[in-house]
Amino acid sequence: MATVLHSAPKIAEIDGIAATLSGALGTMLLHAKEEHGEIVLSVVRENVEDALRLLRDEHGYQQLMEIAGVDYPAREERFDVVYMLLSLTKNHRILVKCRAAENTPVPTVTTLWPNAGWLEREVFDMYGVLFDGNTDLRRILTDYGFEGHPFRKDFPLTGYQELRYSEDEKRVVYEPVELAQDLRSFDFMSPWEGAQYVLPGDEKAAEQPAPPPVAQPKTTDKPAETGAGKPADKAAPKKASAGSPAQKRTAKKEPAAPAPTEDRPARKPRAKKAGNEGGSGPAPEGS
Amino acid sequence: MSGLTLETSPTTGDEQITNYTINFGPQHPAAHGVLRMVMELDGEIIERIDPHIGLLHRGTEKLIEHKTYLQALPYFDRLDYCSPLAMEHSYVLAIEKLLNLEVPIRAQYLRVLFAELTRICNHMLNIGSHVMDVGAMTPNLWLFEIREDCLNFFERASGARMHSAWFRPGGVHQDVPLKLLTDIADWLDTRLPELFEDAMSLVVDNRIFKQRNVDIAIVSKDDAVRWGFSGPMIRAAGIPWDIRKAQPYDVYNRMDFEIPVGTNSDCYDRFMVRVEEVRQSARIMKQCLAEMPEGPTASSDQKIVPPKRGEMKQSMEALIHHFKLYTEGFHVPAGEVYVATESPKGEFGVFLVSDGSNKPYRCKIRPTAFSHLQAMDFMSKGHMLPDATAILGAIDVVFGECDR
Repeated sequence: MATVLHSAPKIAEIDGIAATLSGALGTMLLHAKEEHGEIVLSVVRENVEDALRLLRDEHGYQQLMEIAGVDYPAREERFDVVYMLLSLTKNHRILVKCRAAENTPVPTVTTLWPNAGWLEREVFDMYGVLFDGNTDLRRILTDYGFEGHPFRKDFPLTGYQELRYSEDEKRVVYEPVELAQDLRSFDFMSPWEGAQYVLPGDEKAAEQPAPPPVAQPKTTDKPAETGAGKPADKAAPKKASAGSPAQKRTAKKEPAAPAPTEDRPARKPRAKKAGNEGGSGPAPEGS
Repeated sequence: MSGLTLETSPTTGDEQITNYTINFGPQHPAAHGVLRMVMELDGEIIERIDPHIGLLHRGTEKLIEHKTYLQALPYFDRLDYCSPLAMEHSYVLAIEKLLNLEVPIRAQYLRVLFAELTRICNHMLNIGSHVMDVGAMTPNLWLFEIREDCLNFFERASGARMHSAWFRPGGVHQDVPLKLLTDIADWLDTRLPELFEDAMSLVVDNRIFKQRNVDIAIVSKDDAVRWGFSGPMIRAAGIPWDIRKAQPYDVYNRMDFEIPVGTNSDCYDRFMVRVEEVRQSARIMKQCLAEMPEGPTASSDQKIVPPKRGEMKQSMEALIHHFKLYTEGFHVPAGEVYVATESPKGEFGVFLVSDGSNKPYRCKIRPTAFSHLQAMDFMSKGHMLPDATAILGAIDVVFGECDR
């Protein structure tokens, strides 16, 4: 990485730590990278527990600070499970990552750290990642009886259910979400930098289907095929007179512009009703 | 009259008292928010505690994914509403780490100054409520007076008493007036020590307070590490771990301060660690005030930091920057970082995943209370029911942050 300008927390700089850890993990490791000053080790899902045990016992990463889930819906194994490890003795942090799908459980690390229990429960609650061996995989942050996994990218921001206190029933009732106004999402991405929407006025360009393929592409090889006739007379571009012919004034009267229309003639007043109206003037517009 | 037979109770004559289960919370003055703990008691002895959290879950992390980086900032104030600026600190540092953005030195000093003021403000609430949880009323009232002063300082710097949104990617939102700095200096010299030491003189050697806290919920060093403790909880266990010292951010590496550690790792030690931290914070603040240089308070990178209002009225380019920054926002290079700072309650981390657009792809918040509250069961096993409030008070839990 280039020179560090930011003032974020500075962890100890240990030479070749990424290579050392990669070597220690051996076949458990998929790939390691160092970006933005963070060491990220991707490990095989089945080996997560072994890899973390190795890092904890032999490389001094004593504390598990956090487990985060990340959802990439386009991927086959859509979830990332990221473990943040902290070494108090080396003053160092690393991230350990594995991939998981909805039906491929990740081995639990509650056997290594007791605080992994809640952290795994949270990832399960929010993303639906299963942890094999976690004996207490209940929901943790969402409501009792909640359905779905709210932090998945395909879960709507508004959710599906809302609850309110019903004065009639004297209790809290659950109802499907009804929005008075659709949730607005503003896309401020610049159209030059890959906006995902069609620009107003540009609809046709986007809709136009590609022209059907032609069996024999039409080419114009010879001048005769251009469809242009014989070249014109050479004298054609020559001007016959010096300028345009002068306008002649004639005695003949040209038609003038039509006379301006007058106001609409007043309509004949209606027969008077029994009523209150004066009725003498023209009927009001649009009556 | 005749033929009436009394039904015999199945429990009559049964001398064995079975365990019973009670609900502590979700509405309980000592629960520090909306915490529901299902307690299994044997008489008055706690056998098992199952904390149910999430009653204040607002889906902050999901909301952040739908906002630009700048729009997401105020959500952090609303996490731990007792130490809002400390929450912002992790977030802005995470963004700056991804951008590799340099922050002017005055802005770094201002951030440290106000982060420490936040720490004092937070500890005033925690110390006060911890004392009140175990029965003393007066210190809380006195400490709230200091807290009120802190909030007034926040208001003078940012315009808001609690939800400041004052730390911004690239610096701070606005410079502070000189009078505010001199007032803080006066306050640190006179009012804070006076009020704080007065209040503490009532508590720290108080017989009742000690009876309620000493030897309650002892956690060994090994356990503190295994349970992922941080902040005052791990320091009380005797481990001198402080991210401000170990992994300094902003200008903490220039500050001269000490890390208080406990010896017995009980609730009293946790309390005393916080008391000493207040004094150390005051010390850091004094150094900040003495050393703070003049200069800009936000990065000069016009693609990240919006222009000042006056400049915007004069320069076409500034106007365009202003418009773009407040509609589209700035783009952050793709990547993922985990940035943790020493919040008053412990390690507060932000795991930020960027896909190169103007919105975070994922923003995982590492709350301090999660690990600590999880250890509630193991810490309170075998203690009396009233000790649960002392243990909870010493954890310093705030549900805005725990539930997110």
